[in-house]
Parts: sequence; structure tokens; C-alpha cells
Amino acid sequence: MAEQEIDEHSGVETTGHEWDGIKELNNPLPRWWLLVFYGTIAVSIVYWILMPSWPGITGYAKGLRNYSERDRVENEVAEFNAKRAQTMNRLLAAPSIADIEKDPDLLQYTLAAGGSIFGDNCATCHGAGGQGAPGFPNLNDDDWLWGGSFSEIEQTIRYGVRSGNPKAHVNVMQAYGKDGVFKPDQISDLVEYVVSLSGREADPAAVARAAPLFAGTCAACHGPDGKGNQSLGAPNLTDDIWLYGGDRKTIRQTLMYGRGGVMPAWADRLSEEQITALAVYVHSLGGGQ
Amino acid sequence: MLEKGTAGGAPGGKASGPAPGADDGYDGPILGVFLAIASLLALIVAARTSDPKMQVHAFVFLAAFLIGGFALGVRHYGGLVSDKSSYMFGVVKAGVIASMFWGLAGFLVGLVIALQLAFPHFMYLPDALWENFGRLRPLHTSAVIFAFGGNVLIATSFYVVQRTTRARLWGGVAPWFVFWGYNLFIVIAATGYLMGITESREYAEPEWYADLWLTIVWVVYLAVFLGTLLKRKEPHIYVANWFYLAFIVTIAMLHIVNNLSMPVSLTESKSYSLFSGVQDALVQWWYGHNAVGFFLTAGFLAIMYYFIPKRAERPVYSYRLSIVHFWSLIFIYIWAGPHHLHYTALPEWAQTLGMTFSIMLWMPSWGGMINGLMTLSGAWDKLRTDPVLRMMVVSVAFYGMSTFEGPVMSVRAVNALSHYTDWTIGHVHSGALGWVGYISFGALYCLVPWLWKKKRLYSNALVEWHFWISTIGIVLYITSMWVSGIMQGLMWRAYDQFGFLQYSFVETVAAMHPYYIIRALGGGLFFIGATIMAYNLWRTARGDVSAREQAPAGGLAAAPAE
Repeated sequence: MAEQEIDEHSGVETTGHEWDGIKELNNPLPRWWLLVFYGTIAVSIVYWILMPSWPGITGYAKGLRNYSERDRVENEVAEFNAKRAQTMNRLLAAPSIADIEKDPDLLQYTLAAGGSIFGDNCATCHGAGGQGAPGFPNLNDDDWLWGGSFSEIEQTIRYGVRSGNPKAHVNVMQAYGKDGVFKPDQISDLVEYVVSLSGREADPAAVARAAPLFAGTCAACHGPDGKGNQSLGAPNLTDDIWLYGGDRKTIRQTLMYGRGGVMPAWADRLSEEQITALAVYVHSLGGGQ
Repeated sequence: MLEKGTAGGAPGGKASGPAPGADDGYDGPILGVFLAIASLLALIVAARTSDPKMQVHAFVFLAAFLIGGFALGVRHYGGLVSDKSSYMFGVVKAGVIASMFWGLAGFLVGLVIALQLAFPHFMYLPDALWENFGRLRPLHTSAVIFAFGGNVLIATSFYVVQRTTRARLWGGVAPWFVFWGYNLFIVIAATGYLMGITESREYAEPEWYADLWLTIVWVVYLAVFLGTLLKRKEPHIYVANWFYLAFIVTIAMLHIVNNLSMPVSLTESKSYSLFSGVQDALVQWWYGHNAVGFFLTAGFLAIMYYFIPKRAERPVYSYRLSIVHFWSLIFIYIWAGPHHLHYTALPEWAQTLGMTFSIMLWMPSWGGMINGLMTLSGAWDKLRTDPVLRMMVVSVAFYGMSTFEGPVMSVRAVNALSHYTDWTIGHVHSGALGWVGYISFGALYCLVPWLWKKKRLYSNALVEWHFWISTIGIVLYITSMWVSGIMQGLMWRAYDQFGFLQYSFVETVAAMHPYYIIRALGGGLFFIGATIMAYNLWRTARGDVSAREQAPAGGLAAAPAE
């Protein structure tokens, strides 16, 4: 055994070992440290007795409390479902949106449900407040591509747009430039024409040159006055509300390469009452007709 | 090409003539033959693979083996064989330089991904996949944990084990093989992430061939460390070496078990794990948690146990505490992994096990903090004048804080709120930036003057700047993540009277934005601190002393702060 010595500062003896000048004091374990350590062990043992802890061959000990997180969740879900069931039935039985709106309790419930479903499923594209983003329509305004009545909104939610569902909305905004329908200078003229439709300043000569092109091709869907057609999903070009953007560069891009946004068919993913609640919510956002 | 492969290793192979040293006469030839065989394998894989990424890696391996063989030849024929009677410090110097390099790289990538989270369009190039967050994130974690932390651990362990056993490192060139082999692993792992090669196991992303290579390197590391301990000239083994040994042995076990997998083919990078489902998850988090326990805790406690008493010039507070907390720490830590899988498919009894062992881990963890802080008794005044010692003491304080926070977060009721939120990120970084970062910085600030045989650091004032800038950075980082994480958890679980969720996911993302900016700011400060340190260490190694701190008479090591 190496020689022990007393440390001058603390008055504690060393263990007598030394490595590269480092010595060790022979202090005991701090009492509070040991007590807290034993305390945590005691807490753990109590927890093991009360809660599921020990594995067996075919299962595991459930503990004195016979507790199961899974059961607790299932019970909570069942409890809420039972609470909701009555209101859900009233929602499904309501013949029209007007009936839902007349019943304040039902309306409050439906908007809460719809808002929550909207947040989980729709907000990713349409924004948390339904404000939209380039390529994803704003749902707060009065401008509807496929109609803003309750039943039209419901149908759009149910079947989507270009979703692959046979009942989905489908419209075609062709790649007029890329496909060679219009030549580059004709596209330039049409850009001016479209700009002029929403009452903005545009090159009058170009507008005049583009008028027959618009009447001959674009008017088929967008109408001769460019006011669009909801049954075809053709946007109104005169209101200065733009899905992709109304600046010349974006309009040119739309004409050159076409557009074809997609919205999923939610009938595949949401239940009937969820779709109804969602449609009520979207209808309530501001532009419902 | 084939001749080149063997030629690269050949000079080493011929080195079997007169054995210069006692215990390491065969190290050169063995390494030479190994490099020759490895070169040949790399060449075969490079020639046969249909996977272009694998081919890149095969050529990286081949180049490294050929350079290794060449270096071995130069060492032998150039008469560079070093004096066997002295300590082997060259490899420690290399480790210090590598630590500083990888540290800066890892902190910078961390800053980039923090900015990507705050500003999604930052460095977003749709056609370049390598700078995608999903690839840069493992690059950051591996760079700071394994490249920076690993090099600090290898360098300090090679230094400490020699000084505390009074024996030269065992194995001749083997320590150099460990150093270069480990850094080759880092390069393979990092380039793999950027090319999209991953096992998708957190902190164990490298694919099977990188794992095999690391296994070889690690076994040699263990052999070097044990060999040195065995030929020690001290009767007892110092506590720091227990921790280093626990770190090396346990990491070997964790690494091998978690990476058991079946490659699609020996010439392709992809492999599939031996485990599936919840077993796979449990093995992964048994590994993941003990990577924290044995890499980031045990390994860095070893650093603490040498550098704090050495720098404070005071004896370790309690030998008995070091024994009890060592054994309780390594016994209890290994069971705590399941707390990463609360509220998952993991059976409830296993979750209970993980939680209770985490609670019992609190005091064993704090044993190290007590021993570190109490060692300062009789030397507290040095905190005023020695910023390096202060950095290490603050490191131990962060260690104490995060090892208390950890058990709290492992409690299921707390975890219900904290799981998957930024709180976890904040917790990790209080340990990583505060504890691991600062104890490493302290060790590097000590080692550079010692290794390069300089009287003092270039500038203590720059250490002060580093300390304060980084500390503000850490505080910004962890407080912003606490607020953001707890807010995120509360928003996720908020529901109304009908049981409907109150917030959509995107609303929680939007709410976190300001905290992400603060976090990036904190990370930026930490990075700036590290660049100051790199400059200071570089000037120190060159032998410069800051003009302001040159003591006109005597040249005292610890000049009083002005």
C-alpha cells in the first residue's frame, strides 16, 4: 500500500495513490447523494409493484393497479365517440345546410369538427385559415372554381379534382405554347389580352391581335367575355383573382405550359359525417353561396 | 491495377527485418499485409459493383489503403521510426488537429440545418439532393458526435492512458492505424450521407461495409488501450481509464449488435437489418441511448477525471464515490433505452423498465458531477483567473443539469408532453454543447500547450471571448428549444369540449418560427466561439503569445485578468 497523507486544504487523508501528479481524497460518499439514490430505487420498486413491469413467458405482470395505457386510450376514445354519436346522427339527418345553421348547438359542434378535420387534412395546401397559396385556392373569398354552394363544395371535397376518382372534377388548361397551338408571339399577344380582361393597362395593338384567338379558342371554356364557367371549372379571368398569379410572367407560363392542379378525393379517406362537417366549415369560411 | 494494390502494401511487408522495439516488432509487417489484402478487396469491389455510390466508396478505401501503405514504407525506409523510450504523442497531436477540424465542420453544418429549419428556402436547390435537410442532419449529428467527439476521445484517451500508466502506447504503429482508420470511417460515413447511403438508424446511419471497417478499427483501439494498461508502470489503474475502457468495450458491443444486417450483395451498399418491427426499434434505442451513455457520458467523464484535477491541481474529491458511481452508472445506463419508445408498440412492461432505470440513473450520473465540482474545493479562486478551468466547470454544471432533465423526461407523464417535440432537441444540446463541447474544449486548451511544449496559450483573453460568446449561444439555444418544445407539445394535445384537436400541424410549425430563428442565432454564436478557439490554438502551437498578455518580467503562466 502506498503511503497515505493528509491533504492540507481539506484535512482529509488521500488514498495514497498518485498518477501523473493526481491524487485522490478518501472522502466518504455524500450522505444526501446516497439517500437520494436509495430513494430513487425505492420509488422504482414501488412503481414495479403497482404498474406493469415484469415479463413472463406468455405475457407480463400487470401490476397491482392492473393499468394499461392502451385500455385507457380506448376508453377515452369510446367515451368521446359516445358523446359525439348523438350529435353526429343529428348532423347526418339534417336535410339541408339551412337546418344545420338554424340549430346553434349543432352548428357549433359541426364547425368544431369541420375545423379540426380541415386543420389535419386541408390546411397543408389551403393554409391554416383557408387563405390559400399559389396553385391552391383561397377559400375565404367569393370566387369559386367549381361552385360555392353547400352541395357543390361537398361534391368537390368528396371526389376531388383530377384525383383519379371517376366522379372527380376534370378540366383541361392545355399547354398552348409547348404543344404548338399558339406561336410565341401569339402567346405574347394573349398575355396582353388576359391582362386587359381584369381592367389593367395593356398594349392595345396586342389586345386587338389576340381578340380573334381568344374568341376562337379560349372562349370555349372561359366564355366570350372571359367570365369563366363554374360547371367546367373554368376560372373567371376578369375579377383579378388569380390561382397561380396574375403578373405577365405567370400568365405567360400558364399559357405556355398549361395547368393541372390536383385535389384528393376525400371520400376515400373521411367518413360521411366528416365530409358533411368539413363542407359546412368550408361553406362558413366566407364565400359560401 | 492489381500490382499497384499489392505494391502499396509491399514496403511494409518487407519491414520484417531487425525488430527495433520490444513489443511492436511485427506491427509494420502485419499492417502492411493487412493493407495489401484490403487494397485488393477494395479493388475487386470497385471493379465488380454495379452500384456507382459503392464504386466511389471502394475507390476511397483503395486510395486510403494505398496512401497508408506508402506512408508505412516511408516510415520504414526513411528511418522515421520514433524513440521507443518516450511517450507516443504524435498521434495525440494528430487527434487534436482532427478534433478541431471536424468540430468546426460539424458546428457549421449544424448552423446550416438550423437555418434551413428557420428559413426553408435557405440553401434549397431542388436539383441538388446532397444539401437536403434529410441528408445534412445525419451529417451534422455524426460530425459532432463521432468525428469531433470521437477524435477528442481517441486523442485524450491515448494521452491520458500514457501519462497515468507511465507506459508508451502498445502496438507500435497500431495507434496510428486507429487514428487514420477511424477518420477514414468518418469520411466514408459523411460522403455516404451526402450521396444518400443510409441505414436510416439514428446515429448508426452508415451502411454495412462502413460498420465492418469501424469494427476492425475499434477492436484495434481496444487492443491498444488494453495493451497499454497491461504494461503500465503504476500499481493501480486510474479512474479515468476505467471510464475510457467502459466506453471502448460497450461501444464495441452496441455497434456490433445494432448493425447486424444482411447486405443485398457484397458489392452493393444496401443492407437490411437482422431485426424487424418493435424488436428493431428496441435494439436501435438500446444502442442510441447507450451511445449517449457510453460515448457521450462515460468517455467524457474520463476526460473530466483527468483534466479537471490536473488543471485545478487538486486531488479528486472522493475515491469511493468514483468507484460507486462508476459501477452504478454502467450497470443502470444499459437498461434505460426503452424510455425512447414510450407510447409506442413497445410492451408496457419494457417502457416501465426504461423509465424506472432512468430515474435510478439520476444519482449515479450526479456522482461524476459531485466529484468534478468538489475537486475544485481549495481552488475555486482559479475560476476567476483561468477561463479554461471555468469552461470545464461550467461543462460539469451542464452535465448535472442535463442528467437531471433526462430522468425527468423519461417519466411517462412528462414524456407524453415532451416526446417528438423540440424539448428533446434542447435537452440533447444542453448535454452536447454544454457538457461534451465544453469539456472537450477545456481538454484541447490544456493539450495544445502541453503537446507542442509551449508555456501557455496564445491568449487567455480569447478564451474568455470564446467562453462568453459560446455560453450565450448555448443559453439561447436551450431556452428557445424549451419554449418551442413545450409550446409545440401543448398545441399538439390541445382539444376542445367535443374532443376535436384545436390546432392543425401547420399552425404549430408557424408558431415555432421565431424560436427557430433564436436557435440558429445560438448555434451561430457557438460556431463563432469555436472559430476563435481554433485561431487561438493555432497561434499557441506556433509558439506565439498575444502582445497584450506578454508578461514583461518572469512570464507567469496565469496572468491576472484585467
